[in-house]
Amino acid sequence: MFPTPIERTSRSWQVTYQSLLPLALILWLLPLIAVAIFSVKPDSDFANANYWGWPSEFKGFTNYWLVFTASDMPQYLLNSFKITIPTVIGAVALSCMTGFALGIYKFKANIWIFFMFVAGNFVPFQILMVPVRDLTLQLGLYNTITGLVLFHVAFQTGFCTLFMRNFIRALPFELIEAARVEGISEWRIFWFVVLPLMKPAIAALAVLMFTFIWNDYFWAIVLTQGVESQPVTAGITSFNAQYRAAYHLMSAGSIVAALPPVAMFFLMQRHFIAGLTLGAVK
Amino acid sequence: MAQASVAQDHQSSWWHRNQQQLTPWLFLAPGMLFFLFYVIFPIFQSFNLSLYEWDGLGQAEYVGLYNYEELYWDEAFYTSLKNNVIWLFLYLLAIPAGLFIALFLNQTVTGIRLYKSLFFFPFVISQVVVGLVFTWFYDPTFGILNVLLGSVGLPPVNVLGDENWVTVGIIVAGLWPQTAYCMILYLTGLNAVDPEQIEAGRLDGAKGWKMLWYIIVPQLRPATFIAFVVTIIGALRSFDLISVMTNGGPFGASRVLSFYMFEVALSEYGFRMGYGAAIAVVLFLIMLAFIAYFLWSMYKEEKAR
Repeated sequence: MFPTPIERTSRSWQVTYQSLLPLALILWLLPLIAVAIFSVKPDSDFANANYWGWPSEFKGFTNYWLVFTASDMPQYLLNSFKITIPTVIGAVALSCMTGFALGIYKFKANIWIFFMFVAGNFVPFQILMVPVRDLTLQLGLYNTITGLVLFHVAFQTGFCTLFMRNFIRALPFELIEAARVEGISEWRIFWFVVLPLMKPAIAALAVLMFTFIWNDYFWAIVLTQGVESQPVTAGITSFNAQYRAAYHLMSAGSIVAALPPVAMFFLMQRHFIAGLTLGAVK
Repeated sequence: MAQASVAQDHQSSWWHRNQQQLTPWLFLAPGMLFFLFYVIFPIFQSFNLSLYEWDGLGQAEYVGLYNYEELYWDEAFYTSLKNNVIWLFLYLLAIPAGLFIALFLNQTVTGIRLYKSLFFFPFVISQVVVGLVFTWFYDPTFGILNVLLGSVGLPPVNVLGDENWVTVGIIVAGLWPQTAYCMILYLTGLNAVDPEQIEAGRLDGAKGWKMLWYIIVPQLRPATFIAFVVTIIGALRSFDLISVMTNGGPFGASRVLSFYMFEVALSEYGFRMGYGAAIAVVLFLIMLAFIAYFLWSMYKEEKAR
């Protein structure tokens, strides 16, 4: 193990390390800690220029209550869920199929189709912006959740295919050959042999996608406008315009907006990291 | 051989004879159609559109390479390009920073797992929120940066209002989540480092930096490759932070190509779709150089299998 395990080092370094850890963490998360403290401060603290000090009184409940009752935040949150969940399902479903096709079958175009998905996944959003917006307008889906979902599903299929294909490649191919010898049809091999083995990949991809889509901002402002369809990332900017300089409410709003992916990460941590670091180890 | 046995078991219908050739295409069809219509075709459409002058509503007018000529004389374009280069280089600092934190956290003391996930935290949060928080940090009237500068006797800086500092200020905000990402890649990589090689290195007297550079870093190559890919792509995609923190200002000093394109095509400055497409094409070509390199690396690896 590198660096040298702490239990094999000198006593003084052990003590230093143990005290350095929490210190480094607090420094690293200082921006978040600041927002968290902001969000429980009373209005008067900001008027009295008590920005970075301790809250003069705990107003957390009032602030968060206001966010949920006096703003459009609940609607934005609902929109975000309505955008994120179908996208995750759609992209994962499509990529299970494409990943299966590219991971199992050997045919000439295989690697080129695979590279098309990979390359498309890396392109700058701006090269797609005008045509995609135009396509969405023509389909009559501009400023609808469906329009945003359709695009997200299509675009994320690129990354998901890369992920699924590499995962399926690593499965023991003998299983599929054995099934073929038994005379099981290809469709059933997919459904009964490969899909059950893909469960960890599906879980990893689902949490990753959830975070990516939830945090999307660019496509939200390109393809939607207004409370009826915008997700919370776009909503937070208009929320901030509404509560300009009301830092306690802006902080509370930001925390509410950031919470679902954070919760997802902590609940599914193992899958999340497995997904994110796929390929980081040979 | 598998095919033959399948054919023997069933009556030899057309479907059964061609099942293995056709199945992959049936599985690919929905995903590919989606991807073609929403990703691949739009790339070509943008190339085509960059030859037109179009406000997004009326008739598009063919203008040849005029948009590119205008780009050549456009000072805002060069500002954006310059900022893109700054982004690219400074953003790469996330890689050594991530490695450093990963080395720091690669221990087995109690609670280290919680520490690791808390260090990773910034990556999970939306860039919109990250941008907001850093805007407050930099705020000239109450920001903690100036409070700190003042405490050591330095004059206050209005980071986001200063043409020379604004891009660096935004990149620092971006480095925060990106470093967390690189850290998690390296933590995973460090887990797989061969302990025997470390022991062998120790016997040969390798220590500290030498050990890191000659024995550890080479073994972290796959993690480094992914860190490079995601960091470069992230740097060239930077949009959210700029939009939230400065909206391109002051006086367009923090624009990058991706933001400038959006501004030209979809903001109150006018709906110049053709000109925006031309900017997007330039950005795409820059990205293409990297994409080609990534694909080439992947191709070599596929062949080596």
